[in-house]
Amino acid sequence: MSAATDYTRRQITGRGIPLPGNDIDTDRIIPARFLKEVTFETMGQHAFEDARKQNPEHPFNSPVYKGASVLVVGQNFGCGSSREHAPQALMRWGIAAIVGGSFGEIFFGNCVMLGIPCLRASQEDLEWLQREIGRSPQSPMTVDVEKQEVRFGDRTVKATIPDGPRNQLVGGTWDSTAVLLEAGAAIETTARKLPYVAGF
Amino acid sequence: MAKTLLDKVWDAHTVRTLPSGQTQLLIGLHLIHEVTTPQAFQMLRDSKLKVRMPERTFGTLDHIIPTTDQTRPYADPLAEEMAVHMIRNMKDFSLPLFDMSTGKQGIVHVIGPELGLTQPGMTIACGDSHTSTHGAVGAIAFGIGTTQVRDVLATQCLAMARPKLRQVRVDGALAKGVYAKDVILAIINRLGVKGGVGYAYEYAGPVIDRMTMEERLTVCNMSIEGGARCGYVNPDQTTIDYLRGRQYAPAGAAFDKAAAWWKSVASAPGASFDDVARLDGGAIEPMVTWGINPGMSVGVSQRIPAPESAPESDRSTFREALAHMSFQAGQPIKGAKIDVAFVGSCTNGRLSDLRIAAEVAKKGKVAKGVRALIVPGSQQVAKAAEAEGLHEIFQAAGFQWRKAGCSMCLGMNPDQLVGREMSASSSNRNFIGRQGSPTGRTLLMSPAMVAAAAITGAVADVREILK
Repeated sequence: MSAATDYTRRQITGRGIPLPGNDIDTDRIIPARFLKEVTFETMGQHAFEDARKQNPEHPFNSPVYKGASVLVVGQNFGCGSSREHAPQALMRWGIAAIVGGSFGEIFFGNCVMLGIPCLRASQEDLEWLQREIGRSPQSPMTVDVEKQEVRFGDRTVKATIPDGPRNQLVGGTWDSTAVLLEAGAAIETTARKLPYVAGF
Repeated sequence: MAKTLLDKVWDAHTVRTLPSGQTQLLIGLHLIHEVTTPQAFQMLRDSKLKVRMPERTFGTLDHIIPTTDQTRPYADPLAEEMAVHMIRNMKDFSLPLFDMSTGKQGIVHVIGPELGLTQPGMTIACGDSHTSTHGAVGAIAFGIGTTQVRDVLATQCLAMARPKLRQVRVDGALAKGVYAKDVILAIINRLGVKGGVGYAYEYAGPVIDRMTMEERLTVCNMSIEGGARCGYVNPDQTTIDYLRGRQYAPAGAAFDKAAAWWKSVASAPGASFDDVARLDGGAIEPMVTWGINPGMSVGVSQRIPAPESAPESDRSTFREALAHMSFQAGQPIKGAKIDVAFVGSCTNGRLSDLRIAAEVAKKGKVAKGVRALIVPGSQQVAKAAEAEGLHEIFQAAGFQWRKAGCSMCLGMNPDQLVGREMSASSSNRNFIGRQGSPTGRTLLMSPAMVAAAAITGAVADVREILK
């Protein structure tokens, strides 16, 4: 990426795609057989592959949601396997932000590492958003990470994200390697204080 | 204030507080495998970075390898390519790899503890959600994604927020025929698959205290299935006895010093928790999952519940589960016909798991039409099992005796369900498609229950077989 790349994720505006249902696991987002790759390049093609084949009505099959970038899900989305291939698949399909009831924690962390904000909203608001997106799939919506809200049409709903990841996303410091490297020799100093590193 | 193990380990590994408010946490042991690392090594090359602490990084091959013929090149060219990349990356960055030739290869969560790499008081990370397994020895162990693997390789650190802590107490004593797997399935059933979100789990109470290390590994392994970020058991004499003499554990006088430190990291008496959950161990039956997440389980004597018994928000998942599994609400789980039986995985692929499955296998022969696989979790587990003659017991009963690997836990190697096959499995996930077939069906249970199902041809109550 060039030095001019903007890493800040203050707000994301785009069309929505609703995916109702709870406990959608990362095996469902991308089945394990597609993980046999040494790059993430092809992952976007396989997002929800089995679910899409089994269900022609799956939102990821629908031409009306092509080009959508805000995914609205239910509870415990992305539970299960730690595979980053899951958020990579969604990102490469076009998803730039996710709004849901709750998220699998490793999935949430992986999304932060890719600069994809995952915000939590109430069940009632999620159902409303999913309904509204279904009614007018061409309307843009905004996920405001900084203000912790989601705007659709003339309505604004509350959507939260913990302070740490919010600061990373808003501040553009989610690409963490550089930030962690800044600690310099403090890393080795911390290690040397540990008896199992220093030697018992 | 009396500190918990989580507090002590977290504080000892804190490098600094990041501007985001998160902790820059030092990772004391980084375990890696072929599936979630090739992209991380490429990112490292692209950024011209080195591995920060190569002496704290160890690798193995487990997910993609076949469990029949392990001669290279593998029949699956994609699997072969992943192996080639792993071997090359480990060589290029001068990292140790436990490949087949070492006799120490195996599932990463089996070999870590087995080799004594996994020790109390450590922070451990691995690009695999079942890294929570290592908490059984009293470590704080996280599953991470590939970009985080890059961070740990490059900086030996992760940016993390300290989770809340829930103590999960299992009181009383387990009945005969009830195992560690049943305990963790009961815990997840009670607390829910998302009940642990935001939490680390400390497992405690008489049932956990009496467990062997291998049993504790099974419990901690499935912490992630309950939504918890990690799970651990406080180190005690069982932990110390388990680690003594292991290859990477300290030896001689250093071992005694280590043991003293290990004990000192346990949660102090009177330490407080954000939440405490209690289960009566005596009330736990052999558990079987009937649905599409590990929380959807019943005792083997029970019936599959109706969607109306679940909270409103879970009912659609309930109905989806019944449809996928072709089960009816109210149907007894016992007697559900199976096509495949699988004993293995990082949950239940250790020697004690194979011993109990063999004990059940002695009581009969694999039922007609059932494909039954026994897959040791590591080369060392295989060797020890063969030394005891367990492989002969299995083979005499019609089970296939395989080589070490992740096998049928996930669809990344040739061991997969076909079509709508129903599998009795000692693994950890019954997600749709998990065992390789998009329409395949998985019933999670203990290794003893899998063996019982294999010889019965249907879900059976192992307590009746072991009588």
